[in-house]
Amino acid sequence: MIAVWHQLITQLPWEWAQFGFMRLALLAVLLLTPVFALLGCLVVNNQMAFFSEAIGHAALTGIALGVLAGLGNPLWAMILFALLLALGVTALRRWSAVSTDTVISLVMAFCVALGVVLLSRGGGFAKYSHYLIGDLLAVSPGEVAGLAVLLLGVLLTWVWLFNGWFLASLNRAVARSRGFPVWGLEAVFAAVVAVAVTVSIPWVGVLVVNSLLILPAATARNLARDLRQYLALALLAGWAAGLAGLLASYYWNTAAGGTIVLFAMGLFLLSLLMRRR
Amino acid sequence: MRLGGRALLADINLHMHCGELTALVGPNGAGKTTLLRAMLGEIPHTGELQFFPYQGGKRMPRIGYVPQKVDLDPHAPVTVLDLFAGACGHRPLWLGASRRVRAAATAALAEVEAVALLDRPLGQLSGGQLQRVFLALALTPLPDLLLLDEPVSGFDTAGIGLFYTIISRLRRCHDLAILLISHDLPAVAAVADRMILLNHTVIFDGPARDALTHPVVMQALGFDPQAPAVPPAPAPWAVHRRDAPPADSPENAA
Repeated sequence: MIAVWHQLITQLPWEWAQFGFMRLALLAVLLLTPVFALLGCLVVNNQMAFFSEAIGHAALTGIALGVLAGLGNPLWAMILFALLLALGVTALRRWSAVSTDTVISLVMAFCVALGVVLLSRGGGFAKYSHYLIGDLLAVSPGEVAGLAVLLLGVLLTWVWLFNGWFLASLNRAVARSRGFPVWGLEAVFAAVVAVAVTVSIPWVGVLVVNSLLILPAATARNLARDLRQYLALALLAGWAAGLAGLLASYYWNTAAGGTIVLFAMGLFLLSLLMRRR
Repeated sequence: MRLGGRALLADINLHMHCGELTALVGPNGAGKTTLLRAMLGEIPHTGELQFFPYQGGKRMPRIGYVPQKVDLDPHAPVTVLDLFAGACGHRPLWLGASRRVRAAATAALAEVEAVALLDRPLGQLSGGQLQRVFLALALTPLPDLLLLDEPVSGFDTAGIGLFYTIISRLRRCHDLAILLISHDLPAVAAVADRMILLNHTVIFDGPARDALTHPVVMQALGFDPQAPAVPPAPAPWAVHRRDAPPADSPENAA
């Protein structure tokens, strides 16, 4: 599959298409952005933007725990930690009277601080700083394959659970009265978001990963009238920003993650202007 | 139908019949909404809900629920049809509503005089329109028991009148058992068959027309039953609130 992709893109007349790392990065972006756009639509509906931001930042602690455990690649530790955090915050949303954003803010501050302290022991934080910015150009063929599996998993869950997620985001009690297991659905959704965010941190970076989730959905929300338009426009916005950002980062020699987010932000501002018509 | 609660609500034993509109009234914090949420299975409780269909046998009742005022982002890209497709259809609603769901939604909206709203975004509806849409949703499919939680809070007088007219018609046409939570004692006394006054347990349970003059109800609402003639209207609709403003405030004078 990936060989076919390489052959296909090499045909393109542009300079960047001649580099294997760019072709892989392009494939990764085209797979990653739709997952984020679709999940983002529900994250925005559920007012969970701050939650996903916290999951992204908390990955620092996940990295630290992975390093402490002696794992060469801390990804599994990061995923495990993010899952625990997602379920913990969902439980707090259910049982705690404390305002959710206060709880999330506390948890996020704690996780970032703990991660920084653990990683900076002996003055070695610099070797982890690529997690902050991410490096899309370092993506390997195996990782792209893993990304494709992730995309498939998210899409299947999406097809399977979407109606329940949607109704619970409008009104929990109504969803419950129609037999949807609301808290179970919310826990699964938090877990799916946590995994998607965490997996992409090495490529996109802790600092901007959440914008990939929120911006396409926020853009689509400005223009869409119904739910299908909302999802379709978010997908398009995600793809457009991903493509434009990656290519611009090649010519400007900038970090891909941040550049993609700038383009997504541009699209969002454009959609704001169009809404004011 | 029986439901026993604990702690906040205790010894609650209610029988509701098809075609009967029961109003549940009580002061703030009396546990009205809690009772409803327990019936929905949303909060842990002891006791149970039993349903005996007229065909015989016993099964779990199908419950239709209309929430209190729903807070929506006015720009939420969700239409009334999207809402029905998500709640009633099995296929993911972003594939579009099936013809069956569209027909069911149109029929249900007709019952609440809101067919014209089918393709409108939820965020653009008025409070009254939105509440009728959620009522239509609760009727699809037709429930055995319809629960309404303060459905008219924040409506204007015309909206309240229309809503209660629709509710009364539904009860007659579909032989529905309806449980209606309200603050507005006189208004619900006019439409309900039966009135239950709740304050952590059942204080009064009887025909709605007797409730307004019943000593227990009067006492619970803060009136001295010995006092001469309480005028039936303008009614003491806000008096039973714990944080009730002074009697001369515009709210009570209304």
